[in-house]
Amino acid sequence: MDNILNVNPTRMEMTKLKKRLAVARRGHKLLKDKRDELMKIFLDVVRRNKELREQVEELLTKAHQSFLVARAVMSVPVVEEALMFPKQTVELSVETANLMSVTVPRFSYATAVAQTDDADSALGWDIFPYGFATTSGDLDASMQILASALPLMLELAESEKTAQLLAEEIEKTRRRVNALEHVLIPQLTETIHYITMKLEENERGNITRLMKVKDMMLEQTYRYRERM
Amino acid sequence: MYKIGVIGDQDSILGFKAIGMSVFPAEGSEQAGAILEQLAREDYAVVYITEQIAKDLADVIDRYKDRLMPAIILIPSNQGSLGIGMRNVQKSVERAIGADILFRDA
Repeated sequence: MDNILNVNPTRMEMTKLKKRLAVARRGHKLLKDKRDELMKIFLDVVRRNKELREQVEELLTKAHQSFLVARAVMSVPVVEEALMFPKQTVELSVETANLMSVTVPRFSYATAVAQTDDADSALGWDIFPYGFATTSGDLDASMQILASALPLMLELAESEKTAQLLAEEIEKTRRRVNALEHVLIPQLTETIHYITMKLEENERGNITRLMKVKDMMLEQTYRYRERM
Repeated sequence: MYKIGVIGDQDSILGFKAIGMSVFPAEGSEQAGAILEQLAREDYAVVYITEQIAKDLADVIDRYKDRLMPAIILIPSNQGSLGIGMRNVQKSVERAIGADILFRDA
């Protein structure tokens, strides 16, 4: 009984409630479909996210190892000086994509190298912002790993953000589905049931009353009781 | 055009400068938090933070979780991975699905 909306038990209200119930049912079905589809996309994204994270973490750990060795061999100011003016710049452009009405970022990037010289670029040395004379070879290794990690790192950023945004949307959608399924729809059906019962009860009451009135009228006209 | 930022201790992030990212050395989590908020206001689409720093900065990072930008991504520092980044992936799985189905066997 406590699950019933506070409305007057009239036919008018019942028609209104029935309309609301139909809308709620349709909304529930749509949201459920949305949730299922989001879940499907999310699983793909998050699997990729996991893979990428493993790869990136491995690459960065390697890069850090080489960097630490370089750091040990070279003095602090020398390392800092070597990396002070980067040659490569990254231009990141962000577009947005729409995944089931969730806006997610899409990163694309372009690297540009300042004052390249052909011999360097032929050897793939564009990234080193320093001369090789005063620096340790481990620094080169570290730089090379980092440069190769860059596309993966950006892809990781994209998929991790996408996963986070999708997770939020799924959570929201699931809440809505549950609210409809466990609160609104039962409430509406029970209220409709209550009104139906109330109306039927009124109807029965009315019939009994009519029968009684008929009896009384017959009694008045024919005076059955006196004749007996 | 958007930029890429890296926050962490000097030694861990210096290398990223050479590949064209903007590097912001931070000592403590307070300083890092201030830098992060600064970067979020500017044109940074991606901010990488070392796990060492990020572990005390969860509240600030969570604030940007549901926004389109910046994407805040944890990376291991030179002291190795703490597994926080991976745990965050796991958390978003739990948030979305309600159960951890991706890392169950791990």
